[in-house]
Amino acid sequence: MKTQVDEINRNIYDFKNADNYEYKIKKGLTPEIVEDISRQKQDPDWMRDFRLKALEVYNKLELPTWGPDISELNMDEIATYVKPKTTLSNSWEDVPDDIKSTFDKLGIPEAEKTSLAGVGAQYDSEVVYHSMKEDLIKQGVIYTDMETAVREYPEIVKEHFMKCVPLNDHKFAALHGAVWSGGSFVYVPKGVKVDIPLQSYFRLNSPESGQFEHTLIIVEEEASLHFIEGCSAPKYNKVNLHAGCVELYVKDNAYLRYSTIENWSKNMLNLNTKKAIVGKNAKMDWVSGSFGSKISMLYPMSILNGEGSKTEFTGISFAGGGQNLDNGFKVVHNAPHTSSVVNAKSISKNGGKCTYRSLVRISENAPGAKSSVSCESLMLDDISISDTIPTNDIRTDDVEFSHEAKIGKISDKTIFYLMSRGLSEEDAKAMIVRGFAYPISKELPVEYAVEMNRLINLELEGAIG
Amino acid sequence: MKTELLNINNLHVSAGDKIILNGIDLKINKGEIHVIMGPNGSGKTTTANAILNNPMYTKTAGSILFEGEDITNLKTDEIARKGVFMSFQLPEEIPGISVTNFLKYAKSKTTSEPIKIFSFKNELKTYMAELNMNPNNMERSLNVGFSGGEKKKNEILQMLVLNPKLAILDETDSGLDVDAINTVSKGIQMYKNETNAVLIITHNTKILKSLNVDYVHILVDGKIVKTGSQELAKEIEENGYSQFKVQK
Repeated sequence: MKTQVDEINRNIYDFKNADNYEYKIKKGLTPEIVEDISRQKQDPDWMRDFRLKALEVYNKLELPTWGPDISELNMDEIATYVKPKTTLSNSWEDVPDDIKSTFDKLGIPEAEKTSLAGVGAQYDSEVVYHSMKEDLIKQGVIYTDMETAVREYPEIVKEHFMKCVPLNDHKFAALHGAVWSGGSFVYVPKGVKVDIPLQSYFRLNSPESGQFEHTLIIVEEEASLHFIEGCSAPKYNKVNLHAGCVELYVKDNAYLRYSTIENWSKNMLNLNTKKAIVGKNAKMDWVSGSFGSKISMLYPMSILNGEGSKTEFTGISFAGGGQNLDNGFKVVHNAPHTSSVVNAKSISKNGGKCTYRSLVRISENAPGAKSSVSCESLMLDDISISDTIPTNDIRTDDVEFSHEAKIGKISDKTIFYLMSRGLSEEDAKAMIVRGFAYPISKELPVEYAVEMNRLINLELEGAIG
Repeated sequence: MKTELLNINNLHVSAGDKIILNGIDLKINKGEIHVIMGPNGSGKTTTANAILNNPMYTKTAGSILFEGEDITNLKTDEIARKGVFMSFQLPEEIPGISVTNFLKYAKSKTTSEPIKIFSFKNELKTYMAELNMNPNNMERSLNVGFSGGEKKKNEILQMLVLNPKLAILDETDSGLDVDAINTVSKGIQMYKNETNAVLIITHNTKILKSLNVDYVHILVDGKIVKTGSQELAKEIEENGYSQFKVQK
């Protein structure tokens, strides 16, 4: 009994708008192009110099020698900056119709009304909409696009920008530094608890282009925040590139929950870098769903620098045919009594490949550290691939460490059991997959959880052969 | 007048190269309780699985009619939706799907009527109370971490909620203590009426004591070698199966 499981239906993501930009930079990557981006963005001098330095670092670094093959990426064919025909607005009324209808279809303005305290929306390379509830502004919370932050809060930005993710972290971090555009800046002052989430949504519409948004979040001492990011793009035949960068600073006794669903189209190379530095007794929670993209290399990282700091990672990857999702989590325990909990799951089907690649480093100065890692994979057929590549680097004896990995398939017995209760074979498989994903989907913001279940349920079409 | 529900005709079944059933004939009418007894490996579980057309087994000859309709080669879910239910010896665990959600979904598949959540939950609570089940199990993942007894009771709960026309209970009583057996027996009595039927597959007679059994069939080496009344079960309890062993 074999079941053909179709690809996820991406209709609601695949609508394309005309490539109707105000300015699309020449393809390729040269100092002239980087200077042109800088000019378009009216960067201050320090940022222009930073970009040029980043380009030098980019040119010196090699492509990674491990992981999925990304040699098809030709930067000469990628436009790194596409300015949409609009300016930043704080009212949806002022956003051009084609762009607004995109975000309408994605449900962003609706979610803003019902369940969010603030929203940012980026279209291609620029943020087109930003708004936050009045009471948060009064409490000193800053939530704006990254360009505004560079202009208006240069001291905070200079102190933190690409300090958590340094340029020499890897080649695409350097690329990001050279051509970054858009993204979000959030600053939560000491002691302020932001109870309702803020959400940024990144939409890449333009073909043969790249999106390089920069997210910088600073949660000061004793403050707390839940930040949500969503990303999607319609499918084109040529490769698109996403090399965003997320830098999170969680100060002493603070709390940050960062949830993200990346649902890129299957022509996207998603080479995103995300890191958090976590202070004393602070807590950093990651909730991550990775669905789309042709190739994904995504390894969020927590650096536990403060004594008693904690981090928790909950993530799921779902790879269909032609997809290679190389995802995982990295944590560095750098202080005593730090703890990390990882719960990662992956589902692969139709020949899709999911790899869980991880690092747990417990340094000499982290006695009393605790780390518990659990990763589970589910393969829906015999042609799909799942792999686990953990690296554990433990340099002190006084630790509690556990790593559990499970790779499984759906058993015929389970399918028969469910079918004996009136479920079709497809319903049975969908139920098993939904149940497998539940520990993750229950952590997602509700509209994403509903969406994820919809993605799983849809198109699980049977053909007994 | 009795209405025929299930009619198995000369059924031959193999699993891989192994022949398990050698021509079974069995007729069950509405309102009846049938029991199949037999030694280990005689084909009891295979009979149950064959009725639901488990693809692990191959039917090499014979037919199965349900309410006069040939269901021999229908898919398992189609047979289930016609009103056949089987309580499993070893119920499967489904992580991440709660008992409530599972039953709601299964019920929606087996009935054409929309499910009213509030009354559905109340119905569930009532049945669980009758079956001495922990009400917290409603929100637990189906069968995950359930004890052997809890799993079996959960099968009976599913039978009550899905309310099939024919309930096949495959060794539902095995491994249960006296109290749990009585609970299962009570569940069967709650379910049973003149329009449905029960086929109990069992090793022992305890579960039969408080039930009005119509027929007891003795299955040995893939054939029904004797059919009788409840008295036959008592005889087996005292003398075992050796008298029925086919001479080889």
